[in-house]
Amino acid sequence: MSDVQGIDIADLNVWFGQGPERVDAVQSVSFTVDKGASVGLVGESGSGKSTILRAITGLAGSWSGSMMVGGEKLGRKRSKAFYNKVQMVFQDPYASLHPRHSVDQVLSETLSLHGLKDIDRRIIKLLDDVGLGTAFRFRYPHQLSGGQRQRVAIARALASEPSILLLDEPTSALDVSVQAEILNLLSDLRDERGLTYLMVSHNLAVVGHLCESVLVMQNGQIVELLSIEDLRAQQASHPYTQQLLKSSLGFVRDVPRQT
Amino acid sequence: MKTLLDVENLSVTFPTRSGSFEAVRGVSFSLGQERLGIVGESGSGKSLTGRAILRLIRPPGKLQATAMRLEGDDLLAMSDRQMRAVRGRRISMVMQDPKFSLNPVMRVGEQIVEAYRQSSGGGRKERKQRALAMLESVAIRDPERVFNAYPHEMSGGMGQRIMIAMMLIPDPRILIADEPTSALDVTVQMQVLNIMDKLVSERGMGLIFISHDLNLVSSFCDRVLIMYAGRVVESCRADQLYDAKHPYTRGLLNSLPRLDAPRDRLAVLKRDPSWREPLAAQIPTSGMPDE
Repeated sequence: MSDVQGIDIADLNVWFGQGPERVDAVQSVSFTVDKGASVGLVGESGSGKSTILRAITGLAGSWSGSMMVGGEKLGRKRSKAFYNKVQMVFQDPYASLHPRHSVDQVLSETLSLHGLKDIDRRIIKLLDDVGLGTAFRFRYPHQLSGGQRQRVAIARALASEPSILLLDEPTSALDVSVQAEILNLLSDLRDERGLTYLMVSHNLAVVGHLCESVLVMQNGQIVELLSIEDLRAQQASHPYTQQLLKSSLGFVRDVPRQT
Repeated sequence: MKTLLDVENLSVTFPTRSGSFEAVRGVSFSLGQERLGIVGESGSGKSLTGRAILRLIRPPGKLQATAMRLEGDDLLAMSDRQMRAVRGRRISMVMQDPKFSLNPVMRVGEQIVEAYRQSSGGGRKERKQRALAMLESVAIRDPERVFNAYPHEMSGGMGQRIMIAMMLIPDPRILIADEPTSALDVTVQMQVLNIMDKLVSERGMGLIFISHDLNLVSSFCDRVLIMYAGRVVESCRADQLYDAKHPYTRGLLNSLPRLDAPRDRLAVLKRDPSWREPLAAQIPTSGMPDE
């Protein structure tokens, strides 16, 4: 097997409900993400891509298979050390921050939950790292723009100095100019800290910018693993991936225009 | 090309504690039987422009315009009652998120039938037939099942297509689509776009397509208005969007990650306060240039 410090998922199944209500959201999925690598997960909504991230963090209840993450074999419960190593950034910065907690409260609570000392200095450092600066320390989420909120969410994820970040559509709620800032920030942080990224996105161009390879999911299964070179060259073998690639180029008319 | 809608010098203002805030400032354009894209970032006033056409600006917001004409009829002079007859029948609007636009406690079919009854009456049976036919025309495979379902039983893509069916059943002259596909998966997105595309080319409808997706707008629309801080900063043919001149449009285009042109770092948009000011040169407001 590959580098154990990264992510190694083998034969993962995740399901919700039971009996006739049972929905198999993820079906026998296996993949690895080497330490320091960045892998994208693409697919339509309901294909199970976010569920994989949630299973890794322990947010999805019933699963089977084996998950080795950051050198640790995952069981039913996650250890405190696990959350020091693995953190997640959610899609919607408008929903993932408590509206009545200031940036300072968000970060200091996170830091103390991780049992870290020297909180004051760390908050200043974190805000600096994500390009916000201390002027934002005592602001509330409603006083921040979408991009600034996502920076706070990234700062919160970085608080425990993790080595692996799970990114669930980190820029899809943002304008393109802000998306560019956040993507630059994510690649800077990766260079500085040697982070490992597993990123869910529906935007192939975003995945192509940040990742080295892409897993394509459909109906809970991985249908294709593509390198970015193949993605750029539009070389996909699975029909679903070909469709995704085609639509990423924009709208194509069925019939010739009548003008 | 026949002009369906003519908007001159439209502005929308909201009073705030520190004076009034102009969210839309002096927007002028006209719409024919074409796909007109309005692009811009959040807060650029593109959605408000769409709502203002239907005079759906809630007080204390204020709508002002030199002229707003729908096929020659003055929209500004209409009474609220006359305006209600325009909404849905002559101009329809599809919103971004079907979750907030459909009534959650009413079956899908009843909602579509209601839209039809509002506009053209008809008997019970006929209404149902029309609703089923409409659902079929928006590529819903099992219209009978969808007719009897509640909105929460539908996926996002289905919900959006139901919304479109509902908006199209009165056969409007103009459809305003506010980010109609951004909540949808790419594959469904293409289906929805195809439906709207056919309506323009087959029924001669005018489509105002509000979006933040430059790539999509340039491939789907005929003409594009680019909005920034409540103003139209540039207007061009959609297929020439990538040759746009305005620094804001250029900045937006450069900040997009692209599969065909990989870069280590994305360009970050530097905003120039002068973009907020009116343009010296008048923007061409009607028709497609060079055609």
